[in-house]
Amino acid sequence: MSLKLPIYMDYQATTPMDLRVLEEMLPYFTDTFGNAASRNHSYGWEAEKAVDDGRERIANVIGADPREIIFTSGATESDNMALKGVAETYKTKGKHIITSMIEHKAIIDSAKRLETWGFDVTYITPREDGMTTAKMVEEAMTDETILVSIMTANNEIGVINPIREIGELCRSKKILFHTDGTQGFGKIPLDVNDDFIDLMSISAHKIYGPKGVGALYVRRRKPRVRLAAIIDGGGHERGMRSGTLNVSGVVGFGKAAELCQEEMKEEGIRLTNMRDKFKATLMESLEEVYLNGHETLRIPGNLNVSFPYVEGESLIMGLKDVAVSSGSACTSASLEPSYVLKAMGRGDELAHSSIRFGLGRFTTQDEVDFVAEKTVEVVNRMRDMSPLYEMVKEGIDLSKVEWAQH
Amino acid sequence: MAYSEKVVDHYNNPRNVGSLDKSADTVGTGIVGAPECGDVMKLQVKINSDGVIDDAKFKTFGCGSAIASSSLATEWLKGKTLDEAQEIKNTEIVEELNLPPVKIHCSVLAEDAIKAALNDYREKQGIPTVGNAKSVV
Repeated sequence: MSLKLPIYMDYQATTPMDLRVLEEMLPYFTDTFGNAASRNHSYGWEAEKAVDDGRERIANVIGADPREIIFTSGATESDNMALKGVAETYKTKGKHIITSMIEHKAIIDSAKRLETWGFDVTYITPREDGMTTAKMVEEAMTDETILVSIMTANNEIGVINPIREIGELCRSKKILFHTDGTQGFGKIPLDVNDDFIDLMSISAHKIYGPKGVGALYVRRRKPRVRLAAIIDGGGHERGMRSGTLNVSGVVGFGKAAELCQEEMKEEGIRLTNMRDKFKATLMESLEEVYLNGHETLRIPGNLNVSFPYVEGESLIMGLKDVAVSSGSACTSASLEPSYVLKAMGRGDELAHSSIRFGLGRFTTQDEVDFVAEKTVEVVNRMRDMSPLYEMVKEGIDLSKVEWAQH
Repeated sequence: MAYSEKVVDHYNNPRNVGSLDKSADTVGTGIVGAPECGDVMKLQVKINSDGVIDDAKFKTFGCGSAIASSSLATEWLKGKTLDEAQEIKNTEIVEELNLPPVKIHCSVLAEDAIKAALNDYREKQGIPTVGNAKSVV
């Protein structure tokens, strides 16, 4: 068995591009390089045709009309556009927005910006399993609420929210519903009509497409969503997002979306099986391993676990042949552990001990077996070195110790 | 973030991991830090009849720099008298391990652990403690 090291297991951060995607993109850099907005020659028409095809493929994945897909530079821009664009357009209707504590920073920080513009924002604390329910959203609604933004699936813990119920609730109250679909799009079945979605952010590089291109789904009818632009200019994308289209990027995005749609079912089963076996191995081989987030309602490739008494950053240092992410942001000056895990009520200690394993299209069973074995080895080594583990073994209750904060 | 070679070396080959008998009169134990902050260090020294540290052990919950800081501290402690050990400064640890600014707190914690361990020993021996460094357990 020969494995290419380090093994990439961070598919929720980004994905390698599928070669089938790259092949389809290549001609659009050199031969069919036209500006999709050029109306006077074939270069422009061919580029426009390529963009339209991409738009259609992406729309198909979520049951949308191609005209409802607005291309952006990525999901961060889409999130900004959705929140700020809706706020700007609908501010006379009300100034209250609902989101959750565990949204991506592109949502949280946009919401914080809106607070400085005079909006009130409710940040829902999710359940312990990381889920935000329709009931929680309903309880947060006021007469002033104009927008609810709840992510489809969380990037750290992979938990899938009950989007359909939340969407239906919002529709019944005539409140717009945006979902950051970055981690769910192409991985789990989604339909903007069945799920009552009015706006949805998506990104190409999370689905084996290129970086630097994303989209915002904006509903055209029942209700027609109006959106003030953030980026003004040539009036591209129905005036909602000016700027010359990234034609090759859109082509790649379209192909990537199509592949995900075609392979979603089998790939979902394959990843779920590998992930669950991985989890079982860890839990059987080690004492005290905690799964972060709902056990089954999570995207197929995500496993987020805490290994108590072991600090995440040192664990990752030991797993030098594996590319994974720690929920602990100890590398930043803030020393703050994952805000997602903290919001779910995981103590700081467990938040500091968490690792996110992200499996994807090119992950093999051999790789998972290798990573599982290494993880068990390193956790055991770090626990042998952990004063906390020793104290617990001596019967000391760590929660009763008067720690000196520093 | 890239770690310095010395940090990686201490992480891969930590010196003096383990525990000494904390109930022994000749052993001083310093446990400092907090799990919520992501680092807890336990440092122990064993002092012989000449007042010299003849053994030192550590266990650390924390990042690579925290492990390296405490591992290095145990190396430096061996062979020192109480007074000499008291003089070990966190800045010396920073320099030796090339710690970046965000990891300076690891060296501070190691210095605290040393001082707490020395005070624990002094208390057991009925010698006046120095400063307010104290072990949490």
